Formats: sequence, C-alpha cells, structure tokens
Amino acid sequence: MSASIQDQKPLYLKVLINSFLVLWLLMAAFPFLWTAWGSFKVEADFFSKADWTNALTGVMTIAESGEYFTTDGYHGAWVQEEFWRAAMNTLIVVVATVCISLTFGTLGGYALARSAYRYAFWVLLIALVFRAMPPITLVSGYLLPFFELNMWGHLPTSIIVLVAINQPFTLWMLTSFFKNIPQELDESAMVDGCTRFQAFRRVIIPVMWPGVITTGLFSFLLAYNDFAVTAMLLNEENKTMVPKLAGFLGTTQTKGNVMFAVSSVVSITAPLFVLVMFFQRQIVSGLTAGAVKG
Amino acid sequence: MKHRSFFWFMLPSALAMLVFIAAPIVSVLIQSVYAPHEQVIKVVESCSIFGCTESTTVDQDATSALRDAEPLGRFVGSQIYTDRNHLATEEIAVAWQEAEGFGDFFSKATNLPFYGAMSFTLTYTAVVTPMAIILGFFIALGVNGLPKLLRGPTIFFSLLPMIVTPLVGALILFWMIDSRGVLGVGLQNILGDPTLSLKASTPMMWVTLIVYGIWSSCPFAFVVYYAGLQTVPQDSIESAKLDGASRWQQTWHIVIPHLVPLTTFMALIKIMDNFRVFEPIVSFNAEAHAQSLSSFIYNDLSGETQLLSSAAATSVLTIIGVVILLSPVLVRTWRDYGNQR
Amino acid sequence: MTTMKKAVLASALAAASASAFADHCGFNEGRVNIVGNEFPAIQTVGAGAVACAHGSATVETNLTKDHQKINLAGMSGNPAEYTSAIVANSSIVALMNEDVIRPLNDLIAEYGQDIPKKQLVTIGGDVMAVAFMANAQHLVYRQDILEQAGLQPPSTYEEMLSGAEKIRQMGILEYPLGGAYKAGWNLAQEFTNMYIGHEGEFYKPGTAEVSVNNAKGVATLEMLKALSEYMNPDFLTHDSNLTSDEWTAGNVAMMNMWGSRTGNLLKPESSDPVVHTNTKVAGPMTVAGGAEPASTLWWDGWTVAKNVSDADAKATFLALKAATTEGVLNADNMGEAVWMIDGYQPEEVNEGVFAAIAAGTTPYPMLPYHGLLHTALGDNIADFLTGKESAEQTLSDIEAAYTAAAKEKGFL
Repeated sequence: MSASIQDQKPLYLKVLINSFLVLWLLMAAFPFLWTAWGSFKVEADFFSKADWTNALTGVMTIAESGEYFTTDGYHGAWVQEEFWRAAMNTLIVVVATVCISLTFGTLGGYALARSAYRYAFWVLLIALVFRAMPPITLVSGYLLPFFELNMWGHLPTSIIVLVAINQPFTLWMLTSFFKNIPQELDESAMVDGCTRFQAFRRVIIPVMWPGVITTGLFSFLLAYNDFAVTAMLLNEENKTMVPKLAGFLGTTQTKGNVMFAVSSVVSITAPLFVLVMFFQRQIVSGLTAGAVKG
Repeated sequence: MKHRSFFWFMLPSALAMLVFIAAPIVSVLIQSVYAPHEQVIKVVESCSIFGCTESTTVDQDATSALRDAEPLGRFVGSQIYTDRNHLATEEIAVAWQEAEGFGDFFSKATNLPFYGAMSFTLTYTAVVTPMAIILGFFIALGVNGLPKLLRGPTIFFSLLPMIVTPLVGALILFWMIDSRGVLGVGLQNILGDPTLSLKASTPMMWVTLIVYGIWSSCPFAFVVYYAGLQTVPQDSIESAKLDGASRWQQTWHIVIPHLVPLTTFMALIKIMDNFRVFEPIVSFNAEAHAQSLSSFIYNDLSGETQLLSSAAATSVLTIIGVVILLSPVLVRTWRDYGNQR
Repeated sequence: MTTMKKAVLASALAAASASAFADHCGFNEGRVNIVGNEFPAIQTVGAGAVACAHGSATVETNLTKDHQKINLAGMSGNPAEYTSAIVANSSIVALMNEDVIRPLNDLIAEYGQDIPKKQLVTIGGDVMAVAFMANAQHLVYRQDILEQAGLQPPSTYEEMLSGAEKIRQMGILEYPLGGAYKAGWNLAQEFTNMYIGHEGEFYKPGTAEVSVNNAKGVATLEMLKALSEYMNPDFLTHDSNLTSDEWTAGNVAMMNMWGSRTGNLLKPESSDPVVHTNTKVAGPMTVAGGAEPASTLWWDGWTVAKNVSDADAKATFLALKAATTEGVLNADNMGEAVWMIDGYQPEEVNEGVFAAIAAGTTPYPMLPYHGLLHTALGDNIADFLTGKESAEQTLSDIEAAYTAAAKEKGFL
C-alpha cells in the first residue's frame, strides 16, 4: 500500500512530509543525544550556568581531566557506586513483573473477551476505575501494612505491586486482542471434547503471541521506568536503577554525583535501544494483529 | 463462557487487583471521612544547645485514651471534602455572591488550592490529549510513507521521548530550557528576546509543561496509529482510487474511519494519564506556577506533617474526576459491548 | 564523591578502632536499623553505627532523601522496623505527635552519663533526642565584588538591598543576590526567617490559632519581594542546590545560605579561583531594626523508637552514641558539618553558624502544628512574589489553608 501511494506523491507533499519528519526526529532525539554527549563531560561543562557552549567545547573537562572526553561519570556510577547491583535488581523486577503480568493478563483477558455476560463489561470498567487511582496515594497506603507484615523493602513485594498496578492496562489491551481471534477456533476445539482450559492452551496460546509481545513491551516499560513504587517500597540494597539514579541527585548535591546520574541515564536507555530495534517488528505486527479497539 | 470457567480464568488477575488496588481504595475512602483525634496540647519547656524556650507538645497520655476508644479517628463525614483546601463549598458560595462578573468569580475560585490545581489539570488534559494524538497520527502517516530501509531507525528515534525515564527526561530538559541552557538560548535567539525565561512566568511555565506533555506522550499515539495503518483494507483504497478519489479523500474517508476505534482506546488511556500529571511539575520545579491534583496530593504527603485524610479526599476526588471525564467514552464502549452480543 | 567515600571509610575505621577499646560499642546482641536523610554528615554517623556490629548484633541503615515519608510508617509497627530515626528539630515533631519515639532518660542514666549535656534535646523534662550537628542560614558574600563596589558586608537586610542596588548600578552584576526561594519548603523557610527577624509571632499566645496576617507579615512579604527583584528571574525554581550552582558560576555577590552548604562552595574544584577564594561568610542579618537575626537555628540528632525491645533499644542507643563521639571525626569529615561533638575543630567556613548561635538566633519552632503552617506558607507565598495577589490576600490565604489543615489534624 505504502509503495503504491508513494509512487504518485507530488513533490511538494514529499518535501512537506519529509521536512516534518526530520523536524520531529530532531525534537525527539536531540535531548537524548545531547545527554549522551554530555555524559562524557564534567558537571561544570554539561550543566554550565555561565555558557552552554562549554558543553561543546569542554573547557572544564579539559581543565579537570586533561582530556576532551572523560568516563569519570560511568566509572563513578558503575564501579564506585555499584550501579550494577541496581541493574541486577531491575532485571529481576522487570522479568518477573512482565511474566506474571502477562500470565494473569492473558488468562483474564481471554475470559473477558469470550464472556457473553454483561459483568465482563463491568469488570473492565472497574479495572479502569482502579487505574484512575493516583499511584502516590496507593504507595503511601501500602507503607504501614507492609512494614507491619514485614514485607517492606523486598523485591517480591514491589513485583506484585507493579503487577497489580499494571493489570488494568494489560487486561484492556489483551481483551481487545483476544476479541480479534475468531471465536470459532476455540469453540470448535471444545466441540471436539476439550475443556475450556485445554482449548485455551492448545488453540489460543499458539496464536496469541503478537498481542502478548506488544502488551509485554508496555508492561516492560512501566516496570523499567517505575519510580513511584520502587523508590518508596525498596530498601537501599534492593533499589532498582531509577531510584538509585534519583539518589545520585540527592538533597545535597555533591560534586560529581550529578554526572553519575547523567551517565546512568545513558546506561539505562542503551538497553532499550537494543530492545526496541529487536522487537520493533513485533510491536507493530502485534498491534496490527490485535488492533487495540476501544 | 460459563460462569465457572470465567471465575477461574479471572481469579489471579482479580485477586491481584482486589488486594493491591481495591483494598487501598476502600481504606482511602474510609480515611477520607475520618480525621485524627482532637489533640490535647500541653505547654512544656524544651531545651537544646541553643537554650530553653517555652513550647507545646501533644499530651500523649491524654491522647492515647482517645485513640484507644476510636482507633479510626473521629468521624467527620464530608467535612474534609468540603473544607477550604478541597471543594471549599462555603468559600465558593461567598465568592459567587460577592463576585463582580464571571471573570472575578473565576479568579477567586482558582485562588483556592483545589480549583487552582483543577484548572491546570484540566487545561493540561484538554490540550495535551488531542495534540499528542494528532501529532502522533501525522508522524505515523509520515513514517508509513518512508522507504522500508529508513523506517526502522525512524521508529526507534520516535519512541525515545516515551522510553526515556520521565523523571530524568524532565530533569535534563529542565537544564536545557534554563535561560542559559542550550534550548533556552536557542529560543531567545529565535524570538529575539535575550531576557526570555521559560521558568519565570506562569504562562511560559504552562506552555513549557504542555509542550513537554505532548512531546513525551505522542510516541504512544504514533506506535498505535502506525500499527493501525498497516491494517487499512487495501481493496477499499484501490477501489477509491478507481473512483478517482484524491489522496486527501482517501485519507479522510477510508484511513481515518479505520483508525477511529484505536483513537477511542488511546483517548481513554491518555485522558487518564494526563489527568494524573505529576512528574513534570516536580522535575521542572514548577510548583510556583502550576499545581495538579497529583502534585497537590504529593504536597499533603511530603510536608513536615503528613495530611493523610486530606490526601485521601483529594485522591477520591481525582478518581471521580477521571470517571466523569471518561464517561462519554465509557458509554460508547457500553453500547459497543451490547452490539457485539 | 571520592573524598566522601574515603571519609566514610576512614570514619568507619576510626569508629571501629575506637569501639575496639570500648568493647564493640558496649553491646553484642540486638537489632539496630537507622532511617535518615542522606547528606554526607549523616552518612558518616551511619557508617559509625554500622561499625559497631559485633557478635549477634546487626546494624543496618537506610539513608535516603525520602526518609520523612517512610520513618513514621516504619516506626509505627510493633516491633518497629526502624529502631532509630535521624531527625532535625522540624521533623522530630511528626514522630512525637504520633508517639513513636521514646524518652531516653533511663538509657542515659544507665549507659549515657558521658554524653555531654549540651547534646541532649529535652522536651518537658524528657530527653527525646541527642543532637550531633548544628546548622543555620547566614550571609555568604563575595569579597572582591563588595570591595569593588566599596561596600562592607551587610549586617541588615536593608544594607543588603542598597548594596545590591549599587552593584547593579555599577554594572558589575545584573542579579547580585541569591537565595533558596523555590516555592514550597524553601520559600516557607525564608518567610519564617524574615518573620522572626521582624519579631513576629506565628500564633496567638498559648493556642494553635495562627496570626500572621498583620503588619509584620506584610513587611516580611514586602522584604522578600524587594530582595527577589535583585535575583535571577527564575528564583522561584531555585532550591539550595541550584542557588549554590549560581554562586559557583560567579553570578551572585550576596546570599543567605545554609551553613552546611558553604563547605562545598569553598572547595577549590567547585569553581573558578576568583569565586572560591573570595567566598566569605558572616553571621545572619537582622531586618527592620530588630535585635534578633532573621534566621533560625537547626540541629540534627538521633532518636530511639518506642516499639522495640529493651535489648534493641539498648543496642541502638549505644551504636548511635558511639557514632556521635570524637572517635568518628577525622580530617576528612571534620568539614562536613558544624559537629556538636567534643573534639570538633571548626574551620573558617563554619563561622557563620557560630555567629548565628552567638547572636542569639531563635531555634526553628518545635511545635506540634508548625509543620502545617510551613506547608501552608510554602504553597501560597509564590502568588505574592509573582504579583498575582496582594500581601494581605496572600496572608489570609495562608491563614485559611493552615486553619483547614489544623482542623483536620485536630489541633483546632
């Protein structure tokens, strides 16, 4: 389709669309590229109050480290402050959250998509209302019971909370995916003597992956970028990357620490690059297969 | 699906939501109608290295008796909802009577903290949601017209605003838009005003927050629309072409109607997210110029003395606000549900 | 940062060696878990306490900037997760209001006779905290710029204003003043300072009823606004960190700043030599002909949780006692704070805080309801400074916001 449309595009439209895209890409990528560049400078350059061009010329970087670029920010964050521990914690939290979210979500979403009763709509509606709750209130409500039950500070607690907070979105998205899988598929399996669960396992699971992968990516981003839950519910040693990074900024900013935060930003985003490049096909094809219908 | 199998399929998900979302919502509801006990204050002498002064403290012996009698606190009904820091019913009534014209009433009302927060929250939601969706749509159209080779990198750069941690994205932007930062200086040059500062005036701050909001949320719209564009029925396009429809007519009559269901879903999610806007206000240090409902709750919870009942009341009001905003979309979904069966 | 790590390590070693003499701080069982803020001086204390772990005793710390959001919940359970919270005179109030920290009288009688009396914070005869550092806001100025403008370091805010005008007139700096005026906590703190300088009373005597809507309140707001005219136009977004950044960039000639921050300003690597060699401190200024400085005194100290076993309370007490004695101080961490510990040797940079103490500056009010007023101040003053409303309107908004909050909390 795109090819056939492209053929007949008048020149003015091509120029217009392409310049719009270039402008957008600049807007989208510039802050991050600027950060990536600045992470190899010292604080006095990147956050210069005197002259922003210091970030380009690197006056203070040369004065302090003798080189045009410095990797002090990365060394400080990863080696001295043991950012890798936080990276490990993030890995655990993210993998667990995505797996559990999707398991719960596919079961629930499938049921919601196949139920002919009105209560299915009400379940979806209530899930949506649940999502309206501001996360700050939720988290501050957890504190007291979690401390009393001795659950505070541990990774599993944060994982299950993230799963719960993520359920409404997952359910909505997966329900619309499952609705696009023809009902005849699993019903014919059940006519052949399968139970509902067997039908789900043998017929639906093999065809549901595009939708699940797309939903999984959104769950992944939520868990990966979460600050509200992980900052308040995890203790020092279990902190994930985002709260750890926020800790570098601190109440009293000590010299150099701010650059640890900047280099951590780049470190956090780099794996996402790889991930998006790798999954970009699946995101799109997943959304296509399911078509997230309201 | 039978009730029984529905129950078992739904159970894990429902259980997680009931324990970790529904139960807190119930406790928030209870908390918002109970307030802490009357505090018994006694005058004491307090001393430190800086000398002794007369001060007051809570008389714990007297207060603990009250606490044991009513562990939830004192029941105050809707008092917290209607007090000056929330719906301010009395103050609004007075302002309505005394106001000279609607403009005066509006400025009096928005001077009250809840309505001030509400006015920014609504403005933000009303501007960011459609703008982000429209911008996302055009980016999707643009990317869809690109040669295959270029599409991959374009998609990936377009997603950056969404995947960079919001906390940090806004923090770095805060430096970039400083009147001496790279974007701030750039704007000063473009507009020819060397004293321009985005952080100094309320309108500029609002614009900054809104632009940030659009920037960070349009990738979501882009991804969803881009996926939707892949499924536009090819045969309808071809037949429209045969009928001599122009490019705009094809887009208007075939592509856009095809994308409407996606728009409903996105509007639902985005209205909700924008209504709870919080991170940009904190990251941009914008508290002097803009408050949102969520930052209002945050203030209650992060002061030297936490105001739990107040935060609970504001949270309930936020949920109600979201439900009201979403109700048109929800009614639509309800009808769709009916039609499908 | 490297120096900080070293300092922590060194102080931990020092504490360890000191504790070897004192039989591992005097305990070998019990559980210690400390929650507190994360600035370097508290890190030093935390590391000193951790060094006491011995035998079956465990010592943990959770030092984070979100400490005030979790300390109350973490001390409310029984047994409490945290056996101690490190607090300041503003934040101890929230813990006392909820009755989660215990009087230390018995522990002091048994194990703490050697703690200097000056460190004890008593409320109604009960020792509720042991302070280990002091802090205050005071004048910081650039000697070279003042000399160039022919000015003496100001001792009143009026002199500061006229000096700022002169510096601007001479074209030395466009915005010669600085200050942590970020809307919210910081701005409320500046109001508190200035209102105390005007000899204002926050409450009607003997009650929790607020009374700031008066001539002194108006004068306070007018002074804050007059000062802000000489600050960078973004002043409402500047917290202490950003104000310090403005200073090290050489953009500011005079400011009212926390004593705990001046050490960083003087570090040679923080700024151009002309800035850090000319950065000087002086005592807090007065305002409107008042005798009392327009500033407040602060302490940071440790507490012991109420809902913990006697063994844990003893271990906590002994660990923190050991962590706040001479043994933890060394050349690296000496400059982290104005320590209230015997053996502390002040440096030139600390003179501002000592001058504040000597001038009889008022301690920050330690009242059960003052936190509510602080929040109400922080939420409303910006409206006046941006010119949205009159001083009287702002003050009446503050009173109304406080009254609603105090009613909710049961103080009115």
